[in-house]
Amino acid sequence: MQNLDRVDEIVKSYQDVKTPLIYILKDVQKEFGYLSEEVLTRVALATKIPLSEIYGVATFYSLFTIKPKGRHIVRCCNNAPCFVNGSKEVLDKIKEYLGIEMNETTPDGMFTLEFTSCLGLCAVAPVMMVDDEVYGNLTPEKAVAILKDYKMKGLSNA
Amino acid sequence: MHRIHILIAMDSHTLAQGARAVRDTLIKELEMASLQNEVKVIETGSVGIYNKGVVLVVFPDGVYYTGVKVEDVAEIISEHLIKGRVVERLRYTDVPSEPAPKAVGEAPRFGKQVRVVLKNAGRIDPDSIEEYIANDGYEALGKALTQMKPEDVIAEMKKSGLQGRGGAFFPTGLKWSFAAAEKAQPKYIVCNADEGEPGTFKDRLILEGDPHAVIEGMALAGYAVGASMGYVYIRGEYKMSISRIRRAIEQARQHGLLGNNIFGSGFSFDIEVREGAGAYICGEETALIESIEGKRGEPRDKPPFPPSVGLWGKPTIVNNVETLANVPQIILKGADWFRTLGTEKSPGTKVFTMVGNINNPGLIEVPMGITLREIIYDIGHGIPGGKGFKLAQMGGTTGGILTAEHLDLPMTVENLREIGAGLGSGALLVVDDSQDVVELVKNFVEFFNHESCGKCTLCREGNGRLLQLLERISSGHGSIEDIDLMESLATTMMRGAFCGLGQAAPIPILGCLKYFRQDFVAACSAGAKAAA
Repeated sequence: MQNLDRVDEIVKSYQDVKTPLIYILKDVQKEFGYLSEEVLTRVALATKIPLSEIYGVATFYSLFTIKPKGRHIVRCCNNAPCFVNGSKEVLDKIKEYLGIEMNETTPDGMFTLEFTSCLGLCAVAPVMMVDDEVYGNLTPEKAVAILKDYKMKGLSNA
Repeated sequence: MHRIHILIAMDSHTLAQGARAVRDTLIKELEMASLQNEVKVIETGSVGIYNKGVVLVVFPDGVYYTGVKVEDVAEIISEHLIKGRVVERLRYTDVPSEPAPKAVGEAPRFGKQVRVVLKNAGRIDPDSIEEYIANDGYEALGKALTQMKPEDVIAEMKKSGLQGRGGAFFPTGLKWSFAAAEKAQPKYIVCNADEGEPGTFKDRLILEGDPHAVIEGMALAGYAVGASMGYVYIRGEYKMSISRIRRAIEQARQHGLLGNNIFGSGFSFDIEVREGAGAYICGEETALIESIEGKRGEPRDKPPFPPSVGLWGKPTIVNNVETLANVPQIILKGADWFRTLGTEKSPGTKVFTMVGNINNPGLIEVPMGITLREIIYDIGHGIPGGKGFKLAQMGGTTGGILTAEHLDLPMTVENLREIGAGLGSGALLVVDDSQDVVELVKNFVEFFNHESCGKCTLCREGNGRLLQLLERISSGHGSIEDIDLMESLATTMMRGAFCGLGQAAPIPILGCLKYFRQDFVAACSAGAKAAA
């Protein structure tokens, strides 16, 4: 059982900020991993903003998630500058290696695969981001080697 | 007193290639060699060299090193710093056949550049307000607050002819005069740093390289229109820019350059940072305002325009990072100086990011009126792998399409407008002749289909339908009617969509259809042949 009192504390910490909903949701997501219905309901109670409006915001922005995700989020860029430098081949190889499609999580809960919008690192395209770490100049082989590394670390920590 | 300064470029590109570890090793090994009092290590923003690993510049010699690894640090210290011999194998050469550049600004790629907005980027420590001040920083603010009335500032901006560098190129001085004329209080200045256009990272590098220039520009805008509060709305993904601008704001407050009664003039101004949460549409000014208000970032109907009714219903100026970074220089050196740069109708410089199939990708600042050929071949060193030039997309994924026939067209706002393109956000995507135009256009439409905010039907449904048509054509099952339908739908969207996203999404599609229609026809008939 999660301690929903933390939601109240987070809301309270923004009482001096005008229209802080997005900040509140960011902090709440950090605390609980994702924005569950239970958590969002509590945010609605604490902020007195209608739940429907909060749900609308939570589903609009790509950094918010209302579903639980894998331990590592793999965000691949497929925007035009990455695309003309071969991001499609990289992406295909990653999908093959992880055995999942976009927006899916591996059965072991290790990786969630998503697209990212342009990260502004186009001079080293193609690019992907794993959690907060950025990797550039990718080839299909290099991408898989990076993910293997995360897998090894994950297994040794387990 | 330090005998030698080593600048280490700590931008998002070099960090991804290990700059932090090199810096730590450098500091540690300098201490071990007891050189810490003689050699100063300065972190700076981008020096404009990309994809060449970690970049160091050693002063006073002005030697550039690229591809520096942790294990190279000891050699640089023992050879260069102690014995005075340059480590040739790491020295940066701009063009393989030419001798290495000796100092900042001497490399051929810098030759055609004029640095106004980027004058400090890669030269000063962006975390040090003292270095900014030592380079004329906050002098423009002091001049404006003590010698100019707000209307003088606006008049100077109007005279300069500066146009908004976010993509719309609306005259900045004119926009400010609208907000200045409003009676409602409070008023707000918003810096639009929500940079989501694919291929564009100029604003991030301005913020990372010279955050105080943006703060000073915002304070000048605040003084001109009568605002006392500013917001920097910045992409949540831009962690480094966020921490740099936060630190810079704090330093400015400590020095009395933000806060109450700045320069004893009675003018008060402060800035808060607002982080985005991942939505391309939030770069549109009214969607951005909605997002600061804690809502879904959907665009508002215009008019009323933000200078009259903006953030929390109050007069609001939304300016792009690059626009604001131009302002201190214009106020300090005057509109007449600014007009000596660029062309009559498009004064000043433009910061471009050059990406795609290009030998020397990266960030450049050039006078308006430069040609595509000069940018691609003189500054970017052409196309890799001996391939030919197929097309360039100017201004990000919403940008117009330029082909070989436009290589010698002077790039100005008015010239590009004439051929249905624009300078946009300043991203220049170079595409070589091995690329498939149909697949490229499909990639553009996938992007818009994902990023449409869903508010208006034309954009929400239109992009989805365009994608279906393109999938059919690219799989070889399309027909000439599909191509015609695509063109007609794109034209309708351009005319009827609610905001800039839906109106601009068709631009590259129509551009590619105009210049490469035969490629689409060929894709259709490829399927027909296979079926036969």
